[in-house]
Amino acid sequence: MNDDVPVSSRRRLRHTAVAVLGAVSLLALAACGSADPTPPATSSPAAFKPVAQQQGSEITVWADATRVPGVQAYQKAHPNVKIKIVTYSGDANGANDLQAKVQLFDRTGSGWPDVAFSANVNDGTWASQGKTPYAAPVNRDIIPKTTLDGFSDGALDPCVFNGNTYCLRNDLAQNVLWYNKSLMDKFGYKVPTTWEEYQALGEKVAEEHPGYLVGTAGDAWTPEVYFWASQCTASTTTGARKVTVNLQDPKCTRMAKLLDTLIAKGSVSKDTVFSAGFIKNQASKVLMLPGPSWFGQVLFNSTFKIPKGQIAAASPLKFEGDAKNYTGNVGGGLWFVSSHSKNLKAAADLVTWMTTSDAYQGTAGTYPAYKKAAVTWLANQKKTGYFAEDVSPVFKESAELIWPGWSATQYSQEAIYSSTVVPALNSGKTLTDTLDTWQTAITNKAKSLGYTVN
Amino acid sequence: MTTHLATERSGRRGGRSARNPVGRAGYVFVSGYVLLLLAFGVLPTCYAVWLALSNSRNQLVGLGNFTRTFTDYRFGPAFLHIGLYLVVWLASLMILVVLLSLMLHGRMRRTSTTLRFLFYLPGALAGVASVLLFLILLDPAASPVGWLLKSFGWNTLAQVNAPGHLPVLFTVIAFWTGAGGWIVVMYGALNSIPDEILEAARIDGASTLQIALRIQIPMITKWIAYMLILAFAAGTQLFVEPQLVSLASWGMIPDSWSPNQLSYQYAFQAGDFNGAAALSVDLLILGLACAALVVFRTGLFDRDEG
Repeated sequence: MNDDVPVSSRRRLRHTAVAVLGAVSLLALAACGSADPTPPATSSPAAFKPVAQQQGSEITVWADATRVPGVQAYQKAHPNVKIKIVTYSGDANGANDLQAKVQLFDRTGSGWPDVAFSANVNDGTWASQGKTPYAAPVNRDIIPKTTLDGFSDGALDPCVFNGNTYCLRNDLAQNVLWYNKSLMDKFGYKVPTTWEEYQALGEKVAEEHPGYLVGTAGDAWTPEVYFWASQCTASTTTGARKVTVNLQDPKCTRMAKLLDTLIAKGSVSKDTVFSAGFIKNQASKVLMLPGPSWFGQVLFNSTFKIPKGQIAAASPLKFEGDAKNYTGNVGGGLWFVSSHSKNLKAAADLVTWMTTSDAYQGTAGTYPAYKKAAVTWLANQKKTGYFAEDVSPVFKESAELIWPGWSATQYSQEAIYSSTVVPALNSGKTLTDTLDTWQTAITNKAKSLGYTVN
Repeated sequence: MTTHLATERSGRRGGRSARNPVGRAGYVFVSGYVLLLLAFGVLPTCYAVWLALSNSRNQLVGLGNFTRTFTDYRFGPAFLHIGLYLVVWLASLMILVVLLSLMLHGRMRRTSTTLRFLFYLPGALAGVASVLLFLILLDPAASPVGWLLKSFGWNTLAQVNAPGHLPVLFTVIAFWTGAGGWIVVMYGALNSIPDEILEAARIDGASTLQIALRIQIPMITKWIAYMLILAFAAGTQLFVEPQLVSLASWGMIPDSWSPNQLSYQYAFQAGDFNGAAALSVDLLILGLACAALVVFRTGLFDRDEG
């Protein structure tokens, strides 16, 4: 080998190596603590003490590109408030930028944004936890109770932990049954009111008009659209960091079977509605599509470019054996006020304006979580004349129908579904076959984040 | 680095550098590098080792973090994924880079300047930007090479991204973004072979293949070894490709596909920096072990003249 290296230097090298190895193994053996990561201690509500406030100091606001124009509008209306706006991903599509940055700021002890928007409805689970939670409990003298009471029933559920409210909801994403009224009329179909009718119609469509679709199962949010509505126990928290996952429950298997049948017939697609292929080839063939309220403008109007006067929304479907119909919701952004903010007053005012004002929420792309703003929003939707029928009654009804047994968790159900179930579906397996794998994936992920699973 | 070692050694032997201003200039030249290496290489590594051996309460925990991460359900799959990827990536890198640079050097002398530039071009783009480009290429509905993907029977992005395809997919991306630079380096290495040797071989009746196998490749072994070490280290740290392809496919690739991603999940989803550090120390040890193996097997740091 390297014979030309002088023997002395080789010996020296060996000595150094031995010394380093020795030092490392000494360190390694000198164990005196437990390797378990500190269990995230839930700070008691009384522990929140604002930092020294500086009136009129600049606040930093993090928001996504969709929300930034709103913040700019606030700035214009309030020229005295000093605001620094930072555009970031907004944690959309399963990104976790906010959490990653906050973890780093927690280590360095500075840099937290005073106000942050997140499109990930699960973000409250970590923002309310830890030694000093990032989010300030806004119900503790930061935002008045009258404001908090003005939100739709259950809208603030993803923000409430240990009796405190850690965020304000930007929008609701309650699921409804979207359908193309022109196509339904043309084919002579009646809009279903139960899942059984929906399945029957899906099978009929597959035979009479092959290629037309009544739903999609390849979206990351499929669990929240179909399984939440079916009251499946996929994500039921029963206490602090305790979650129940049981996908073999009849309420889960009934939905898996329904989707399997329609996937096999071809009227439910395995693709996601936002894929380039779907937009190009299938968008005009969507007859029905259970999905969130924002599908109307964001998907049918802006993405699919379906002309005015064709799309309408119907009430969420019900199972024949159930007493009433339930639905789920897909996302719905959150606004946080930082517990580290030096100007809580300005931060709270901005968050209140962004979530409750008619000026911003009334014309936003998504259904406002604040009741009064929602009324204005629905009136504005009617004015656009895009929908074939007024969506107000359906939207209002479904906002109150969200099944409370599905909880926000620190992990994303969407990420698990799309990395576990979607590839399986595309390799030819059925949902029913995949339930066990899916269950294991959820359980593993939950346990890795310190949840107790039963 | 080799020059640095060389200067140091000659300095020790003859004490020349103290008198020789050229030797002193050497230290000035490497000082900037050494400072940055300390700040962004050595210190973070030491910090990672410290984090890996301690817990969040700053107590030493021995190998606790290592055993804890080792038993994680994602540990095995992540290292298996990266192992498969490395096999495909290193094999294709070695064979194709050497082959392409031999061809550039031998047969295509006239067009080689243009080709060299073309090969290098993707490498000049920022890494993330090149990966983003691939996100469009991989979707059969949007890709200009959609016909090729469809001819394999893949009609949707979901079919292209099937779990079994991923190691090959990432190899294609990594090769396209990274191999060009290596082709240029290998071309330079081939240029350093004296023409007389090649000419002598040709006069002796050696074919192009014989020249390549018996003369050129053995004479650039060290360069190939050097490429292998760096490519191995870069390969085990795969992060951008799975992360971005996952985002583009709405999460179809697990968020902890590669060990580096798993480490990211530890740090930024679970807030467990110690576990994350343990995983990155695993990768460090792997990289060092591979480097040591290659260095000693090929005599990378041996000098030609004693």
